[in-house]
Amino acid sequence: MSARGTQDESGNRPRVFIVDDHGLFRSGVRSEIGDRVDVVGEADDVEPAIAMIAESLPDVVLLDVHLPGGGGQAVVTATKTMHPDVRFLALSASDAPEDVIAVIRAGARGYVTKTISGAELVHAIQRVAEGEAVFSPRLAGFVLDAFAALPVDAAPPSFDDELDQLTPREREVLRLIARGYTYKEIARDLFISNKTVESHVSSVLRKLQLSTRHQLTRWATDRRLT
Amino acid sequence: MAAGLAARRGLDVTFVRVAFVVAALASGFGVAAYVVAWLLVPAAGESNNIASKALADRAGIALAAVLGSLLLTVLLIASVLGAGWLGSLAGPMVITVAGIVLIWRNAPSDDQATLRRVVEPLLGVRQHNRRSHIVLRASIASLLLVGGLLVLLIGRASSASLQPLGGVALVIAAIVIVLGPWWLRIARDLVVERQARIRAEERADMAARVHDSVLQTLALIQRRVDEPQQVIQLARAQERELRSWLFDGRAPGSIEEAGMTFAGGVRCIQQDVEAQHGVNVDAVIVGDCELDDNLSALLAAAREATVNAAKWSGAYVISLFAEVEPKEVSLFVRDRGRGFDINAVAGDRKGLTESVHARMARRGGSASVRSVPGEGTEVSLKMPRIAGVTPLSPA
Repeated sequence: MSARGTQDESGNRPRVFIVDDHGLFRSGVRSEIGDRVDVVGEADDVEPAIAMIAESLPDVVLLDVHLPGGGGQAVVTATKTMHPDVRFLALSASDAPEDVIAVIRAGARGYVTKTISGAELVHAIQRVAEGEAVFSPRLAGFVLDAFAALPVDAAPPSFDDELDQLTPREREVLRLIARGYTYKEIARDLFISNKTVESHVSSVLRKLQLSTRHQLTRWATDRRLT
Repeated sequence: MAAGLAARRGLDVTFVRVAFVVAALASGFGVAAYVVAWLLVPAAGESNNIASKALADRAGIALAAVLGSLLLTVLLIASVLGAGWLGSLAGPMVITVAGIVLIWRNAPSDDQATLRRVVEPLLGVRQHNRRSHIVLRASIASLLLVGGLLVLLIGRASSASLQPLGGVALVIAAIVIVLGPWWLRIARDLVVERQARIRAEERADMAARVHDSVLQTLALIQRRVDEPQQVIQLARAQERELRSWLFDGRAPGSIEEAGMTFAGGVRCIQQDVEAQHGVNVDAVIVGDCELDDNLSALLAAAREATVNAAKWSGAYVISLFAEVEPKEVSLFVRDRGRGFDINAVAGDRKGLTESVHARMARRGGSASVRSVPGEGTEVSLKMPRIAGVTPLSPA
């Protein structure tokens, strides 16, 4: 995770772009976080969002998971090849895990629910801007669920073994996040440093995004069926 | 009906009835006249007759016309095949069928009930005895087949009758070609009409549900603007209900008691504690399984711990995390409230020791409490799974 120079020069205020189809929600977020970050633009659908993000090149895009023109992941997919420095934080009011996992797998660096407080949202934006991963308790639960879909000993050995399984330590960290612990509390609890906690979470994010493990997709389809 | 006519004309009821029956037996026109009278004479206590309503029902008129023209075609075929007696009934039959269609679609409900009573015995036979239905169909089909073959044989024998037959066939083909598309369109219109009605019903059902839940809650929220905690609580409860309806297909306000799984039980705790104590409960659940006695005990202990946190911690948010693993189910209740000194807990905090610890221990599980004054409390509960209870498919 390379530190980014741009936002440090402008007094550590991340430049934020908001993509959400609800005008009410956009203006609400803007007024809640506007004094601590620079909101450089907003869009209400996939196409305008892609164009305007390419133009304004924000540090962080706050991305609604559900958009009328193809869902949040379409914006991530279209943007990340051209502008890999733009980072995405997914937001949603919905619990549908398959949609959340899809946006994360498309490349978003975190997921929070829309009920999050303004202060917490600013904190999450800052962490994403710095290249960290932001896992809400709910996302941690989804990930544990997804990777637990098949017992470890029943999994066939594969070349991507490292990508397809969570280490016991990563599992522990995720559990603590799901229990509502902050990174600092997790570090204290597991006798590791803050940085180590961050690297565990980043590694889980990487596995989530890169694993081709078919169970992950099957898990998502199973969820849709139940 | 006869009574209605009699009253209008100032005649005796019995006389009108007898006249109808005689007319019906003599030729089909009696029946036709009866149906037309049904259309035109207003029922007792009603100012409009059915016909005036029927005039407004364009789909009904079209349908009547379609059935009438179809029947005409059939009768034409029949008359060609030499069944002259059918021909004499043709006019009345066409009028009767068209009239009944219009009545069916526009009659008040008790008239429809009358018609249904007449038709039901026929349908009843079909439903009650499928075998006899099949036999009936088969015999009609074989009769038709034999009749058709006979006609063909006769036709071969005398070439004189072959020519008019060919002519008639052409006429029928022409009618079908001219009117066929129209018949089809009318049939399709009927289907569309029915679909529209189904959609309208669904919309009404949805509106009723949204009214019962969302609109009521919004009204409540508007009345309680001064109590933010109440408003949050209402909004949360509504959100959960809407979610379970949209994503899990559960009707608002219903929680299935029977067949509830462990995850369902945790959500139940979340819901009840939020409703009763005005705090937010965030529940994260990994995996799911069937409930057994041990897990019910675990849920009871978790409920106690959550209620305790809601009552004593002073925190606005309580986090619930439950994980179902192959050998064990664990559940954590955490708050960021005021916390307490565990060693100094007086005997009056019976809830924790008795309900939580003892309940878990009796079932072979364990409970531990960690609390730091000023930082909050976490209750950890663990319960071994009974061997042989298989987990649900990944949920």
